[in-house]
Amino acid sequence: MHLHHSDTSPDGHTHGPNGSGGSGGSPQRPGGRRALRVGLGGPVGSGKTATVAALCRTLRGELSIAVVTNDIYTREDAEFLLREAVLPAERITAVQTGACPHTAIRDDISANLEAVEDLEERLGPLDVILVESGGDNLTATFSKGLVDAQIFVIDVAGGDDIPRKGGPGVTTSDLLVINKTDLAPHVGADLEAMARDAKAQRGDLPTVLTAVKSTGGITPVAGWIRERLTAWTACPA
Amino acid sequence: MNRAALLVLADGRFPAGGHAHSGGAEEAITAGRVRDVADLREFCRGRLHTSGLVAAGLAAAAATGYDPLLLDEAADARTAAPALRRTSRRLGRQLLRAARATWPCAELDDLAATRPGGAHQSVVLGLTARGAGLLPVDAAYAAAYESISGPVAAAVRLLRLDPFDATAVLAHLAADIDHVAAQAAEAAQHVHTDGVAALPAASAPLLDLTAEQHATRPARLFAS
Repeated sequence: MHLHHSDTSPDGHTHGPNGSGGSGGSPQRPGGRRALRVGLGGPVGSGKTATVAALCRTLRGELSIAVVTNDIYTREDAEFLLREAVLPAERITAVQTGACPHTAIRDDISANLEAVEDLEERLGPLDVILVESGGDNLTATFSKGLVDAQIFVIDVAGGDDIPRKGGPGVTTSDLLVINKTDLAPHVGADLEAMARDAKAQRGDLPTVLTAVKSTGGITPVAGWIRERLTAWTACPA
Repeated sequence: MNRAALLVLADGRFPAGGHAHSGGAEEAITAGRVRDVADLREFCRGRLHTSGLVAAGLAAAAATGYDPLLLDEAADARTAAPALRRTSRRLGRQLLRAARATWPCAELDDLAATRPGGAHQSVVLGLTARGAGLLPVDAAYAAAYESISGPVAAAVRLLRLDPFDATAVLAHLAADIDHVAAQAAEAAQHVHTDGVAALPAASAPLLDLTAEQHATRPARLFAS
């Protein structure tokens, strides 16, 4: 017998919080919900992989974590995480995206959902699954069918006008990380203007200005993940 | 039946994972065998009449209601390269997810339960067509078209081809698609009496070999 969980649940075909695309099969945490799925998107080189690595190092002692990477051309992001040994190898899966990273996280999420569910099936109940997008443009956002919350990572060296320009990633992400603040004096970036523009674009949605590679730089991002997980666990399944 | 369901199923934007696959086009381009629109047309013609025909036959047979597990074995027998078997099952699993959400039915649920790792894409495609109320010949059309629409979309990205010229390749092969779909649907009519041996079993050895090469490349844009 290879019964999927969805076969025994009354809403096996819904896209509800405990199943996606009718496949179900996600083991549930003691709280009664599957793992919180968090997407990380943003332009090439803004520090998405560094953010994932720092989050894993900070949270792995207290939470059960797995990572899905979406490399565009190679397996370098996955291999970086493996080389840095931020998590055991069996907790990291790479998905290939056929030249279109935004397609794989938004328009056709099949391969990513499969990777997420395979991790859950293999590892048992998890607390958090981080889904890292391949580097993309400012319009890239994650489908609600794939993740429960999304982080958009930009950096000060990419131009301090990015928050002002907006775009779906900047305006709608659940957390905006403005990374590499340590470089601001070297690239002539105005941090106050970036924070002000982000506030104007995002209203009440949170923004963090930090340098994730510096000591304690990941703390506000890790804190945000903990808050989301608490809310996710408390919410009825 | 609603024939319009065929448009939904055959749409390149149907979210079943196909966008990440080139149907062997990336390896052919990397090796220098496909360099321009004329090469792409011949590549697609070859693929359509070999793996496209096989997929169309299996899809049509599945759409008749023939046992999908027997067809799944028949697909294994017709897919020599392990890399292509893995790709086909992975795409079949992804299609099954999309199909169960789009046209829910017990037959798709049963297949997902008995083949949790994925059934072959062509078999799932045929069963999906059946669930959508389409005919075996419709399933054959969807499989035949899918066998070349993916490579054309990939070639546009990999070779920077003029997208109008590339789309014209698909239009140019319309008569061939008609022929392949008819041949496949005709064969599928005999599967209930003659078994899976009635279905096309063409092969393209170069596609088999290059699929294995592609699977080992450290850097590539497409998964297959």
